[in-house]
Amino acid sequence: MKKSLKKLASLGLVAAMVVSLAGCGTKDNGTTPGSDGNENGGTANESGAATFKIGAIGPLTGEAASYGISVKNGAEIAIKEINDAGGVTVGDKKYILEMKFADDQASPDIAVSAFNTVMDWGAQAILGSVTSGSCLAIKKDTFEAGILQISPSGSALGCTEYENAFRLCFTDPLQGVTMANLAKELGYEKIAIIYNNSDEYSTGILTAFIDQVAANGGTIVATEAFGKGAIDFNTQLTKIKATDAEVIFVPAYYNDAAYITQQASDLGMNLPFLGSDGWDGVLAQVKDPAVLEGAIFLSPFFANDEAPAIKQFVETYKTKYDAVPDQFAADGYDTVYVIKAAIEKASSVESKDLISAMTQITVDGLTGSVSFTADGEPNKGAKYIEIKDGNYTARQ
Amino acid sequence: MEFIEQLINGLRSGSIFALIAIGYTMVYGIAKMINFAHGDIIMVGAYSLYIFIAKVNLPPVVAVILTMLVCTILGITIEKVAYKPLRKAPSLAVLITAIGVSYLLQSLALLIFKATPIPFSSFIEVPALQIGKITISGITIVTFLVTTVCMILLTLFINRTKIGSAMRAVSEDKQAAQLMGINVNRTISITFAIGSMLAAIAGILFISQYTSLRPTLGTLPGIKAFVAAVFGGIGSIPGAMLGGLLLGVIESLSKAYISTELADAIVFGILVLVLLVKPSGLLGKNRIEKV
Repeated sequence: MKKSLKKLASLGLVAAMVVSLAGCGTKDNGTTPGSDGNENGGTANESGAATFKIGAIGPLTGEAASYGISVKNGAEIAIKEINDAGGVTVGDKKYILEMKFADDQASPDIAVSAFNTVMDWGAQAILGSVTSGSCLAIKKDTFEAGILQISPSGSALGCTEYENAFRLCFTDPLQGVTMANLAKELGYEKIAIIYNNSDEYSTGILTAFIDQVAANGGTIVATEAFGKGAIDFNTQLTKIKATDAEVIFVPAYYNDAAYITQQASDLGMNLPFLGSDGWDGVLAQVKDPAVLEGAIFLSPFFANDEAPAIKQFVETYKTKYDAVPDQFAADGYDTVYVIKAAIEKASSVESKDLISAMTQITVDGLTGSVSFTADGEPNKGAKYIEIKDGNYTARQ
Repeated sequence: MEFIEQLINGLRSGSIFALIAIGYTMVYGIAKMINFAHGDIIMVGAYSLYIFIAKVNLPPVVAVILTMLVCTILGITIEKVAYKPLRKAPSLAVLITAIGVSYLLQSLALLIFKATPIPFSSFIEVPALQIGKITISGITIVTFLVTTVCMILLTLFINRTKIGSAMRAVSEDKQAAQLMGINVNRTISITFAIGSMLAAIAGILFISQYTSLRPTLGTLPGIKAFVAAVFGGIGSIPGAMLGGLLLGVIESLSKAYISTELADAIVFGILVLVLLVKPSGLLGKNRIEKV
């Protein structure tokens, strides 16, 4: 009796292990075929259209999963719209867009293998990576492959080092400068900072922010660092509490922002917060939105915007994914349209032609009207989001 | 002022470390093994509380009791299924099994709840206390109270009850205890039960403080508490309490006054120093290994 019980228990354990292993195996990517489900890359289908393959790279699991999933959803909507309208016209040929999204878990090592996965699949342009670290990890590979790479949201300065790489979002230093100017505009002179010193996104914004604050005549009264995976910010906040700071600037991602604002409120602090674009999505991470009241962060996209194109996108997104799109979804959407514009301008699907067409296009997207410099940087204006009464609102 | 506030920060995280460290140290004292799955019981506790409160909508008191029950049963089950069959196996085998159980629990949580963090602040709503310029948050007060009560109860339990004496006897000499008529297997089960119950309480306090659930949330406090247990002298319950509190304070003060980046290095550096001077830890007994 006792033995059989043991056997049963060990069987149960084995079963549980198998299940958990199977769980690991499902992390892979999903393919979004063209509306007619054309599987053979580049070959003509019954309607005479060929496929253009977009290899997308971003985190679908892990800490930054929300970014990757949003980009993927946004891009899927754009692809469906384009394909439903007949695809992309090049001369007398029609191209149906197809996307394969490889999960890089926002990890540089995995990004390289994700890049290889989409290249083996036959990608003709790279949409990605979503996060800066992964972008930096694959930039050399995409350059050597000579393929057009557009990152929807990789904001580290080095992401666009090579001539084949472009980005849709602001660079980190530009964000720092913009936020420093906003602080001045709001009349804050004494500023405290909490930043992630193990993340190039955070440090990139920080350096430019500090320089610009100095140039604007402001003072940085505290610069507090934290490391990857930190969840306790009480020490840093207590130090800031002892200063005469008027505002706290947090160039970090939404998870960190949620912990920091919650703990600041627990410590009885009511200083206002300024954030970087990584704050987008922060409301979903806090239990009590009151801790975020009055926080302002940079964001190229605002879901409650009244513009018809944005309204329509938000509607489609809500019906399809049962969520409100964030800036990453809009970035993903716009990036697909940028690729479409580049194909049309180049009248070709050759990587070389696409890359040289990039500087000649202007795309009127959800994140504003954007054109690109030869350095791979976008030209577009800044928008801010302010959290009011527990909601994101556009700051006028 | 700031110094006192930093001290309070340190004591708060330190008292959670202490609760977890007690679990490590009790199990080590009695079963002579490091239960690396202990940190993940904290995670299970946090998720259970979330289910009972946010999903089933139970009243807080019932939810807390059920959470402690879930963790206690889990602790006993893990011991029976994974460790008991290995009681005579080399300690390395048990160690590897413990790591395996830890990964199993994490992967299961990942499967069930996915990797995306779930925001969840618990039910503890105590207003912050204002003394002069110092603000002590409500959750800090609750943490202090709960850990103090737990430690007093545990000390009384170990020293004043029959089961407590049995536990001390088994940790002194397993075979002699058995000859004296103590049921060793039952005593070990009780040890796991108490350790896991404390881990459940630590999980509840932890999630009230850091309001975000993720499958790996138990790993870091687990490791820090293990360090605290070694620091205080593994096998010694007062040692685990002292080690936990000291670890929290040292961490907080070095973050505040030396460097955030170096805080972990300083904590572990001090651990190495203590172990060099006193290999058995602060309050550990120097035992001669009998052959």
